[in-house]
Amino acid sequence: MPAARTSQGTDLASRALHETAHRVLVPAFDVPAFDVPAVNVPIIKEEQTVTELLRPAAEWELQSIIARLAAQKQAVEVVGHGALRNAGRPSAAATVISTASLRGVTLYEPNELVMSARAGTPLFEIEAELASRGQMLPFEPVDLGPATGAPAGALSIGGVFATNISGSRRVFSGSARDHLLGVRAVNGRAELFKSGGRVMKNVTGLDMARSLTGSWGTLAVLTEVTFKVVPLPEAMTTLVYRNLPDDLAIEALTAAMGTPFEVTGAVHLPKVAASRLGNQKLAALGEGLTLLRLENFAASVDYRRDKLKEALRIYGTPLELGSAETWGLWSDLRRVSVMPYSAETSLWRISTAPTKGPEIVAAIQKFMAAHAFYDWSGGLVWLEVPAAADAGASDVRRAVAVRGGHATLIRALPEVRASVDVFEPLKPEMERLSRGIKAAFDPHGLLNRGRMYANF
Amino acid sequence: MTFVRLPEPDQGVIGRRAIIADDIARLIGGPQIIIDEDGRRAFETDALTAYRRMPLLVVLPRTTDEVSKVLRYCSDNAIKVIPRGAGTSLCGGALPAEDAIVLCVSKMNRVLEIDFANRFARVESGITNLAISARAGQQGFFYAPDPSSQLACTLAGNLAMNSGGAHCLKYGVTTHNVLGVKMVLMDGTIVDIGGAHLDAPGYDLLSYMIGSEGQLGVITEATVRILKAAEGARPMLLGFASPEQAGACVAAIIGAGIVPVAIEYMDRPAIEVCEAYAAAGYPLDVEALLIVEVEGSETEINVLLNRIAEIAHPFGPKSVVISSDAGQSARIWAGRKAAFGAVGRISDYYCMDGTIPLGQLPRVLTRIGEICAGYGLKVANIFHAGDGNLHPLILYDANKPEEAAKAEQAGADILRLCVEVGGCLTGEHGVGIEKRDLMTVQFSSVDLAVQMRIKTVFDPGWLLNAAKVFPLDASGAHIAGHGPGQSRAA
Repeated sequence: MPAARTSQGTDLASRALHETAHRVLVPAFDVPAFDVPAVNVPIIKEEQTVTELLRPAAEWELQSIIARLAAQKQAVEVVGHGALRNAGRPSAAATVISTASLRGVTLYEPNELVMSARAGTPLFEIEAELASRGQMLPFEPVDLGPATGAPAGALSIGGVFATNISGSRRVFSGSARDHLLGVRAVNGRAELFKSGGRVMKNVTGLDMARSLTGSWGTLAVLTEVTFKVVPLPEAMTTLVYRNLPDDLAIEALTAAMGTPFEVTGAVHLPKVAASRLGNQKLAALGEGLTLLRLENFAASVDYRRDKLKEALRIYGTPLELGSAETWGLWSDLRRVSVMPYSAETSLWRISTAPTKGPEIVAAIQKFMAAHAFYDWSGGLVWLEVPAAADAGASDVRRAVAVRGGHATLIRALPEVRASVDVFEPLKPEMERLSRGIKAAFDPHGLLNRGRMYANF
Repeated sequence: MTFVRLPEPDQGVIGRRAIIADDIARLIGGPQIIIDEDGRRAFETDALTAYRRMPLLVVLPRTTDEVSKVLRYCSDNAIKVIPRGAGTSLCGGALPAEDAIVLCVSKMNRVLEIDFANRFARVESGITNLAISARAGQQGFFYAPDPSSQLACTLAGNLAMNSGGAHCLKYGVTTHNVLGVKMVLMDGTIVDIGGAHLDAPGYDLLSYMIGSEGQLGVITEATVRILKAAEGARPMLLGFASPEQAGACVAAIIGAGIVPVAIEYMDRPAIEVCEAYAAAGYPLDVEALLIVEVEGSETEINVLLNRIAEIAHPFGPKSVVISSDAGQSARIWAGRKAAFGAVGRISDYYCMDGTIPLGQLPRVLTRIGEICAGYGLKVANIFHAGDGNLHPLILYDANKPEEAAKAEQAGADILRLCVEVGGCLTGEHGVGIEKRDLMTVQFSSVDLAVQMRIKTVFDPGWLLNAAKVFPLDASGAHIAGHGPGQSRAA
């Protein structure tokens, strides 16, 4: 069996080829070390009834495993390092395939802003490699681990694309899905297939690569992903507006997004969420905080900060954070740390038009004590609600349905996630298409059966 | 250009032309149907004009409901349908067939809703690309993808082909700028995907639809992202003595952390033709020219352009011209945007659209020259260098069939080269009929089977835009009228 390649397997030759042309951009601040978690996160907890854990180290090995499971019509749970096992609908499968041994960066061309990595490569490894060359992932992937009671830092790059949960910068630069260029994957027919490639522009055939994003491993097991990366900014700043009520805060954020100053983060933290910030100075203010981030060359950040303050002067005079503090603050938000794990609460993730965000929250707050964290200038709401048998699903879904958008239950006890719709329920025509797509990839219903929808 | 095989049309369907027209007239009204030969002739080809087919009928529905009625009727009666926007496809994506109805969405061209606070526009799909930006521009916003044909091409066509444009280096292509669509399946089912929010729920059906080349359904409405325009934008010209230097300079600019809005490339033949046509002020003593545009305030633009000039310095540019005013900027872009037309004035040409990894640029340019010389043909290269999307224009004389054949063969060789170096067959023009049978160069039979199963989920009868995108050898079994001995040359 071929050994799993590690990051040493990076294509050094092709990197050397461009060494002369490539100048590493040095940010004007220290990029702090990334979380380096326990590398071998326990995938399986003792109380679970998993009888078989399979860790293929090569694509052919994964194919042969799935071929055997297909012959036996045996369902299987697909995981990376287990970071997402507490999210989505729980799997009932006794067999688990982990991509943890499919590990390592396989191609990195800083001058072409492109990287390929095997699906089980830990995200922290990828981000450290990128930072060493003055680059980063554009979409700030969210680590759901801490918010769902799983370990932090266990997310794999495959899991990033399988769930397509992007962070704050998504509002400016697009989602994980938007930056995926190509995949290799094995479907439920044990077929190894590829789609897309390593180039930025590619309209050759149906876009099967992007179509796998957000499918939570229910269609195919990703073995390798190729994605676009971007340079780290030279400088960053955060403007912090204080004490704005939700609706005014969202008005300020959408106004900021409507300027030409390329705001790369637009977050509103009402009082409760703000008090949980890791940044003690901000948490201690005891106020709702509205955050706007700028990232660019240093001279541009200075210029745009002044222009933005002027455009938003009716919302008050903001505090200003420097580059290092900005990096720390938004890294904190990437872990949804203001919505920490608790068995007493459930967590929803609501996607809507930005100005509808506060309306939806206000409507839900009529029924329950809910705490919000607004991202994407109001278009993404992380909503903490009291734990309940249905996690407040009927009230949440009604409030969203009336105003447009959709809601996903992120945190709840397994029995709750097994009994209510975790993902937005499908309309009949969408269910027909979704079932058809599932059957096209995985006709025996082997892969992550029930992880997204109860019946397929 | 006579190589692509097309299925034998179904004479039974052609014989029922008048009956079918009457049936559809009863569903959506007679004025929406073109049956006379002169009227149909206007739709016999798209921008790949070497191929022509008279459609069975042309239908111009006005609403999603009418599209649904027509498609359901066609589905029930096993009649093929060719969806069409403005017919500007460069790959034969909208080429009709004698036994197929052309369903043209051009009458559905309204802006339905525009919301500046939430930064989206909901429009009917027959609207032209430029009309969206014109409407959004009333408050300083714009719709980012800007294909060269943006004055004429419809959003429907942009969605079908996942169109890009000169400015997609910074802003992405169509798939990055669409939030939702309303579409009609072949059986008439109306489906809403996504909406005004950023991420659509469930399986990513938008990814299937955008770039599906009319294979999966007919999009009638779309919700697109609109963005606030930058304070200003200005280009600069960098001329080099060799393609290698220009290619290395592109990599150095991007590697230095600058992502310009556009980096366009022209070689000497293209420069000469464009300069003669547009008097853009291009240097005539260089082998390779880069047009690099950046955005921001006046000060930011000056800083960035000077920084780019510094980065370019080690590569020995023979010419560095920073545009000094709006008039000069407009002339620089007028030359680039008129490039295809300018080349068209001196010769017939065959435009290719492969994409390659940037690091392969010098090698590929050399090989393109060699390939074309091998067929005794000249080539002009004009392309989006920032993202490696090549547009070699192979020059030939359309009145000499053997030269046309050579151009097509040279084009195929170039596309094989693009795939060989790690790129792809098409970056923004699409597969259509033109590159259909080259798909096997890029994809294995399994890769294609995975795609074709999705086609079957959306369109079980394979009635939508038949005999395109997928190699006929692989898809023929699904397509009525195509079997052994039934195919023919165009």
